[in-house]
Amino acid sequence: MVRLDKSTDAARSGAPSVPLAGFRIDKRAADAIVWLLLLTMPFWIDWIGGYTQLGTRVVILALAAMALNFLLGYTGVLSFGHAAYFGLGSYGLGLTIKYLVPNTLVGMAVGIVTAIVAAAIIGVLIVRLRGIYFAMVTIAFGQVFYFIAYRWNNVTGGDDGLSGWHRLPIDLGFTQIDILNNDLAFYYAALFCFAASVGIMALLLRSPFGRTLLAIRENERRARFLGIPVDRHIWLSWLISCTFTSLAGTLYAMLNNFADPHDLHWQQSGDFVIMAVLGGMRSFWGPLIGAAIFIVLEDYISSRTENWESFIGLFFVLVVLFFPRGVLGMIRRKTMQ
Amino acid sequence: MSLLQVENVSKRFGDLVAVNGVSMTVEQGELRAVIGPNGAGKTTFFNLISGFLTPSSGRIIFDDKDVTKLLPAHRVWRGMARTFQITEVFPELTARENLRIAVEVASGYRLKTWLSRDADSEVRARVTDLLEMSGLASKADRLVGELSHGDQRATEIMMALALKPRLLLLDEPTAGMGDQETYDITQLIRKLHKGQNLTIVLIEHDMRVVFHLADRIMVLAEGTLLAEGTPAEIAKNEAVQAAYLGKAA
Repeated sequence: MVRLDKSTDAARSGAPSVPLAGFRIDKRAADAIVWLLLLTMPFWIDWIGGYTQLGTRVVILALAAMALNFLLGYTGVLSFGHAAYFGLGSYGLGLTIKYLVPNTLVGMAVGIVTAIVAAAIIGVLIVRLRGIYFAMVTIAFGQVFYFIAYRWNNVTGGDDGLSGWHRLPIDLGFTQIDILNNDLAFYYAALFCFAASVGIMALLLRSPFGRTLLAIRENERRARFLGIPVDRHIWLSWLISCTFTSLAGTLYAMLNNFADPHDLHWQQSGDFVIMAVLGGMRSFWGPLIGAAIFIVLEDYISSRTENWESFIGLFFVLVVLFFPRGVLGMIRRKTMQ
Repeated sequence: MSLLQVENVSKRFGDLVAVNGVSMTVEQGELRAVIGPNGAGKTTFFNLISGFLTPSSGRIIFDDKDVTKLLPAHRVWRGMARTFQITEVFPELTARENLRIAVEVASGYRLKTWLSRDADSEVRARVTDLLEMSGLASKADRLVGELSHGDQRATEIMMALALKPRLLLLDEPTAGMGDQETYDITQLIRKLHKGQNLTIVLIEHDMRVVFHLADRIMVLAEGTLLAEGTPAEIAKNEAVQAAYLGKAA
């Protein structure tokens, strides 16, 4: 799977490639396997003790984790406040369907646009900060939205969450997709959003713009003295990342037919970071693997003990201690030796 | 009109005056060396020119325009590029990728989300040119962080060069290098200076390098201008000898 041969490297060297810590897995083969597994998931997940909705959950949260990783792994900026944009997507969709327009696509649009506007404004305020200061301020802004959802009882349902609505079939004019009663249809609708988002992010990362983000991650001072306006590029990366996170948020609310204030809480932001780091934040598919492990562990352990979070925590600590590049990073190193 | 005019710049950090009323004029095509004992303010002086720091007073005129208040990126866009005393590269990318980023940014593609086939092959050709010019071609697909110090430094210089600068600022290009590496880098700088008529200002400790390369030398000591002249003039200058010997004693 791993190509180390210099001559083939040279032959394809100009081809845009996401650098993967010094060597490149044959990306096309890896991509094909991932897509095949995702496309067929509903047909084998029952065999391994899962169920379709669990698969949908993996896909949706993986989208959020991959969107976060656009900023974390490829721009080198740590946000601990992505739940805010995830939750804005959830509540934007839920409130729209419940109070304004009973239409899934309109609800999604409202959720995403709300999150984009919030991220754009907050981004301007925080983009000059770095490292732990950036992370702290993203938490602070995230908690603002959490407390609004938590306190504004008569609109958001407060601590109980926003219920009393459900996702609606998608009306495309010529045909209707019944994502409400058909879990399989909803899985593929979610997978379609996932694929489109991930595809766009992958294209961006292979572009000159994407490489400026890598440059910022690698060495901000060098990037600045190449003439890259670093703050502006971080703002753009932040905005792209938050946009796809909010799309995941709208899907998550639809999955549960419910918007939970916890979706906005900084603990949820932390979960996204854990998924990305667990799977490997320097590899494109890492956060997907991380999300799958996280959600399957959660599902499996939480049915046996209430303290499932401590097991996830323990697993996370072990991975970070022994495989700092995440699960995918570990597999790569093995195959390289 | 000269390319770079530094007029009476000072930089104060609290009570410390790191650079005190220093002026310098660099002509197009000149190679100027800035030397001086440790703590003379050479790097601070460089940081003022490149925009890493803003002067407390004085003016910096580059290519007939006052750039004193401009951000680093804006000075880069006007044709000023620099390297650092401690090499600044993108360690987890290959040499080729390092240069590719520099070439793309210099071509104005930094916000492009795709490149046409023509633009892409132009970028690649330019990257290949730079790799060959610097002797990095055989190591192009290795991670820069794994290359020798000398090769990392060469990568950094070529990245600065990829920006097609009219003024190249090199902060101690041979710092921490062995004899062979020092020789290689010196040859590279000489090639850029003579071959492309590139204007270069460099800070350097190694006097062999300085006297080999420089058209003119400026000597800083304790933040002030001690002397300026051709290498022959500087070698004879008693104040300079005293500053160096005084420091050594």
